[in-house]
This record gives sequence, C-alpha cells and structure tokens, in this order.
Amino acid sequence: MSSPVQTIKNLELDEDATSQYLTFLLAGEEYGLDILKVQEIRGWEQPTMLPNALNYVLGVINLRGTVVPIIDLRQRFALEKSQFGQTTVVVIVKVSSADKERTVGIVVDAVSEVYNVNDEQIRPTPDLGGAISMEFVKGLATLGEKMIILLDIDKLINTGVLKEIATH
Amino acid sequence: MAIDIDLTQFHEIFYEESLEGLGAMESGLLNLDIGTPDVEVINTVFRAAHSIKGGAGTFGLMDIAQFTHIVETTLDEVRGRKRGVTQELVDLLLESVDALRYMIDCSKAGKAVDQDQIAELADSLGQVERKAPAENIKTPAAVSSGWRVIFKPAPHLLQTGNEPYRLFRELKTLGELMVTADATALPDFDQLDPELCYLSWELLIRGDTSREQISEIFAWVEGDCALEITLQGDRRQFVERRQAEREALPEQAEAREAASIRVNIDKVDGLINLVGELVITQSILNRVTGEITGNKVEDLLAVVEILVRNTRDLQDQAMRIRMLPIDFTFNRLPRLVRDLSRSLGKQVDLVITGNSTEVDKTVLEKISDPLIHLIRNAVDHGIEKPDDRLAAGKPEKGLIEISASQEGGNIIIKIEDDGAGLNQDKILATARERGLVGQEELTPAQINNLIFQPGFSTATEISSVSGRGVGMDVVKRNINDLGGNVELSSVAGKGTRFSIKLPLTLAILDGQLVRVGKETLVIPILNIVESIQPNKIQILEITGETRVYRYRDQYLPVIRLYETFGIPTDIMELQKGLLVVVDTGEQRAALFVDEILGQQQVVIKSLESNYRPVPGLSGATILGDGTVAMIIDITSLTQLYRNTNRKEVA
Repeated sequence: MSSPVQTIKNLELDEDATSQYLTFLLAGEEYGLDILKVQEIRGWEQPTMLPNALNYVLGVINLRGTVVPIIDLRQRFALEKSQFGQTTVVVIVKVSSADKERTVGIVVDAVSEVYNVNDEQIRPTPDLGGAISMEFVKGLATLGEKMIILLDIDKLINTGVLKEIATH
Repeated sequence: MAIDIDLTQFHEIFYEESLEGLGAMESGLLNLDIGTPDVEVINTVFRAAHSIKGGAGTFGLMDIAQFTHIVETTLDEVRGRKRGVTQELVDLLLESVDALRYMIDCSKAGKAVDQDQIAELADSLGQVERKAPAENIKTPAAVSSGWRVIFKPAPHLLQTGNEPYRLFRELKTLGELMVTADATALPDFDQLDPELCYLSWELLIRGDTSREQISEIFAWVEGDCALEITLQGDRRQFVERRQAEREALPEQAEAREAASIRVNIDKVDGLINLVGELVITQSILNRVTGEITGNKVEDLLAVVEILVRNTRDLQDQAMRIRMLPIDFTFNRLPRLVRDLSRSLGKQVDLVITGNSTEVDKTVLEKISDPLIHLIRNAVDHGIEKPDDRLAAGKPEKGLIEISASQEGGNIIIKIEDDGAGLNQDKILATARERGLVGQEELTPAQINNLIFQPGFSTATEISSVSGRGVGMDVVKRNINDLGGNVELSSVAGKGTRFSIKLPLTLAILDGQLVRVGKETLVIPILNIVESIQPNKIQILEITGETRVYRYRDQYLPVIRLYETFGIPTDIMELQKGLLVVVDTGEQRAALFVDEILGQQQVVIKSLESNYRPVPGLSGATILGDGTVAMIIDITSLTQLYRNTNRKEVA
C-alpha cells in the first residue's frame, strides 16, 4: 500500500525531472554526485602540501594554471587511510560558494558509473550509520537492486570542508 | 501579441554604460569655459544625457528617464543658444550628474530614491535664470591673468592690404594693451623698401579675454605672419600648453573608444592561465629537445626556437589585456579638486599628464584611495589661501600637477603642488611631542618621512577633509601592499612632491626560490636584505627555545620555516642551513632555510579563490616543471611565528 506521501509525489510527477549522477566508491559504499557539478576525473598526482593544514587537506595541484585544493574524503570522515598510487582517482568538482564557484578535488577509491535518476526514485534517508554524515546527503536512490547515497556536494564542500578549516 | 522579454538582464549593461556616460558629462562640464563655451563640449554632454534617457526609458527605469529628460531639455536649450552658460547652471548640472549616479546606485541596490531631493533639483534647473547667451556672468576676475602675443609679420604683409595698426586697435577693445615694437630687422634708410614690413611686436593684453578672441583678430593675417599667444607667467605657459595638447586628443580618444569591446574579467583570467600553462609546456619542450641528439635535431631546435619567441610574445600580449589606462582613476580627480577647493575657499588648477599610461586593473583599483588622499592633502594643507599666495608673490591660483609614466617595469606617479611645502619645524615638534622621535638630530629627509608614521598629523584643526592623523601611514601601507613605494620631497614655501613607484602588474613577482625539506618556497625579492651563512657566535638563545641572530647591530628573530610551516627536513641546526634576512619595512627577521635556489619571475596564483587564505602565505605559483610552490608573505609569517611562540610559552 503506497503511503499518502508517496501518492502525492506521484501526482506531481514531472517527466522531465531526471538528473544524472556520477557514482564513486568510498569504503565499500556507493555515493552519487550530480554530474553537472563534476568537472573532470583525474589520476593521482602528488599535491604540494599546505602549511599547517588539517590532515584531510592533502595539498594543492596545478589544474591548467589554477591552484586547486585536494581533499581526502577518507580522512575527512575518519576512515582508514589508503595508499595513493596509480589507481587512485581524483574527482574535480565545481561547487557554488557564496556568489562564486570554487573548484576542488576529492580523492575517492574508484569511480563507478553515470546513472539517470528520476526524482521519484529518490527517497529520504534514514540514518544508516554510514561513513558520510547525513547532513551532506540529499537522499537515497534505488536503481534496481542498487542503493546509491546521493550527496549534496555543495554542502559537503562548503560546510563540511571549507567552513571546518576556517574554524580550525 | 506581446513579447514578454525580461528586461532586467539588460540592466547591468545599462548601469555600466550610463556611469561611463555620466563620467563623460562630468568631464565635459568641468572643462566648459564659462566665458566662451565650446559648442562641441556642450554637444558631447547633451548626447551623453540623451543616451542615458533613451536607455532608461527602454529598460523600464522611468524615474531615471524622467529626470534625465529634464537635464537633457536644459542642455538642448543651451546648445540651441536659448539659454546661456552660467556658473550657477554648470553647478546645477554637476549636481544633476551626482543625482543620476545616486539614482543608478539605488536602482542597482534595489533601494528607494529620495524623491524630494530629486524634485528639488529638477525645480532648480527649471528656475535658473535663463540668461541669453550674450549676457554671460563674468567669472570672478583673475586679476593677474593676461596674454602675451608675439606678432612677427612676414615682410610682404603690407602688400596684402593688412595694416598691423588696425589689428592693435581691435586688440585694445579686449583689454589694457601694451605694445613694444622690435625694430632690429629694420635696414638702413637707403636699403629700405617702403612696401615691406620690417617690424615685429610684443603685445601684452591685460583683461578677461580668451585665446579665441585674440586669435580671431589675427585671423585675416594667419598665413602671413608668425603668431605666438601665451598666458603670462611661466607656470601659466605650461598649463596652456597642456590644455592645448589635451584639446588635440579628443579625436584620438574617440577613435580608440570605437574599437573596444567589454570582456568579462573571468574570461581574461582564464585566457591568461592557459597562456601560462603554454609557457611552461614550451619551456619543458625546449629542455627536452636540448637533450636529443641526431641529424634531424637541428630542424627541430630551430622550430622550438620560434615557438619560444611566439609564446613569449603571446604571454606579453595576454598580460597586457588586463591593463587599462590610468585615466580611469585620474578622471575623478578634477571634480574632487574643484569641489574641495570651493569648499575650502582656495583656487586650484589641476593639470594631468600621462593619463593614457596603462596599468593592471587591480593596481588601478587599489591606487585610487591613496591618490585621492594625497590630492586632498595637497588642496587642504599644501595650497595656501589666495591672499596668502599673493602675499608670498605667487599667482593667486595654486597648481597641482599629476603625472604618470612608465619606467622599466614600473609605473611612476608624481603629485606635485606649488603650495606651502612641509613645515619641518612643526613636524619635528609634533613628532617629539608624540614621542615618535627623541632629541637626536634628523636630516630634512628624515623629518619629512615622519609624516608617514601612524597617528601623525600636525593639522591643528580637524577639518572634515583631513586632520585625523589616519591618513599618510595608511597611504604608505596601501602603496607598499601593492609592491611599490612612495617618496616625498618638499621645499618650504615652494611646494611638495610625492613620487609613487608601482609595479606594472600585481600578478607578477620577482621571487627567490628556496628549499626546505622537499618543498620549494618563494620569498619576494623585494623583502630580501641579504642571505647569509649563520655563524655560531652570532646565535643567541633566549628562553631556551627562541633563537635570535645578531646581524650587524640588530638582533633578528630566527624563524625556522620547517617548524612554522610543519615541513619535515633533515637540516635543523642553524649552521647546516642558510639564513635569509628579510625586511617588511616595519620589522626584520631571519628565515632559516635548507638551501637557496635560483631567482625567477613568478606569476602569483590565488590560494583564496578555490581554497582559503593561508597564514604565512600570499599565494602560490606554478614552477617551470608544472608543480605548485608556495609564496611567502613576510608580514603574516612574522605574525604566525609570534602566535605559535606565544602558544608554546603559555
């Protein structure tokens, strides 16, 4: 039996509300990023360290003439550190911050696929006790048998990373 | 069928273009000669108002359109000769320009406009006495003004039916005339040809006339004589010449304006970044080809050589895109001087030269405040009141000259006034009073530089303009922050000159590369005094931890970069590394590094745009191998060092 909330959602269904999400793996879980926020995917290069930075700020790299910080999501969410090497993947994202755009790189275990997700497939998330805290999660998407945790990357970078660094 | 277009997207462009138009109106009005207004100038002002009215109407900004319409109507009457140009009218028009700026600002910010103020102004415009053009109010007579005319007719002048005496008679109607004839070319009587003219004259005219009126009288004989008309007094000649040059420029300026487009600054920065990358790639290519051997290598090397040249040119051009004429900052100064001199009861002429000198956009924005402050000081403290000036044998009107020029990789801005100069005794007394300096003897240059100390001001009255003593030290600091410096020279009774030197662009820095552990860091060469090998004898330990190094007669705090920045390194004993003595202008320190590498010009990249400001650093740069290196900011580094030390002691 579908709950009243679900029924209403169906009634408001707009067929064009499909977004695309790029998924990546982090400590065994699959997370999704709005593809419009993903600028590129890069291999690993040793960043230049920043003095007195928090442990999860690995440093900065040169991205075609711009200086871009690299954030290690594992360390940020207190997961076991991994070895960086040939197979390490860095996702370069563009987030909106105040009135401007910032470019930041995040280190993930691996990149998976791009999925079309219809708005109706997104459910509110109960606290699964996953690595990334719920405030940065937009919702849960069920695609067949898979469950993807959709991230609010703007909030994750602005509040979860940059603001934290500022108050450190 | 109505087409529903959202007009707000056009508002940005309208604001930008209107503010430019208002700027043009303002310069036009300031340059308008009340005695004989130039029709071209009036037309320019009218056209600018007309565009603004049209734009405002089209984009739905009705308040602005209505008010501009009133201004436009007034200007139309002036150019149709139905209304004369008076000082009062020009003042009102300038106030209207201000009002329009205010209305545009309100529109941008979404604030409501004070309608009463605007209505009042509109009324005043309508009520200004409509004097017919012929009856212009005479500007308060500048008694010392006069013209010197040198009239050297060609020998055949008399044969053209022109008689010099008739010309002089006409001149007499303009004012008091004094004629001196030069008969040196007159030959002996038996060689004299009665049909030729051998005389030349020097004529001095005292009165309120304009150059046009004088040259009009000589119009008939223009081709048949050598004519020189100059304002009396040598400073005046200079001012005249400058004004003539400036009048010759409008055509050039117009042509230049037509050939430009607006570009979003992000696009420009993006382009410059890519060019920077290209330079790095090309330099790597250059290095790699140098290592190849073989027969085809000659051809390859030749091509790479061409690539190097092309890339360097491309980079130069790309950097120049960000440069704008310094006129953008200078153009608000005439208005400032006019308003200020009026309110202080002084008469000041402002002469600007070199306003087409180009400067990077960021330098342009940041130099504006210091310049305004210096000009305010010149008008307030420098130029004396007209009576005092006359008593001192100076012309009633004071003169402030601003010039900009490029010298090497720097831009030099000079602000010079012919005012009272700095009062050395007063400065020294105030400095001693404030405890800024002791009883020792100081050279005149040192005394002058005391005015740059914080909290210093000798003004006994605090006017709304200056006197709060927060000025000169901030000016100096702002200029130093831009990587430049300011010098001053002054002669009591004669005047003062400020000389500001700025780098052409903020984006490039001369840097000294140093190594700490595995990291390469950049120290701005501007701050480096000397690099030395530490000598054990000079090291002094204080409180067990802090090290201090004796350098000449000073004790410098030793900042161990590996410690302050948290960089792992093997070299931790002072004798095993090197000390770089740095100076911020206010304090000195010795930075401890592992090794000193080369020097190079580095392009400064922002850490803030994607990350945040980092204490101790001013930015980052990209080295020749494509990796990122940190640029040290000495001032914030010393702050960081003090904070870390305090924590440890506590």
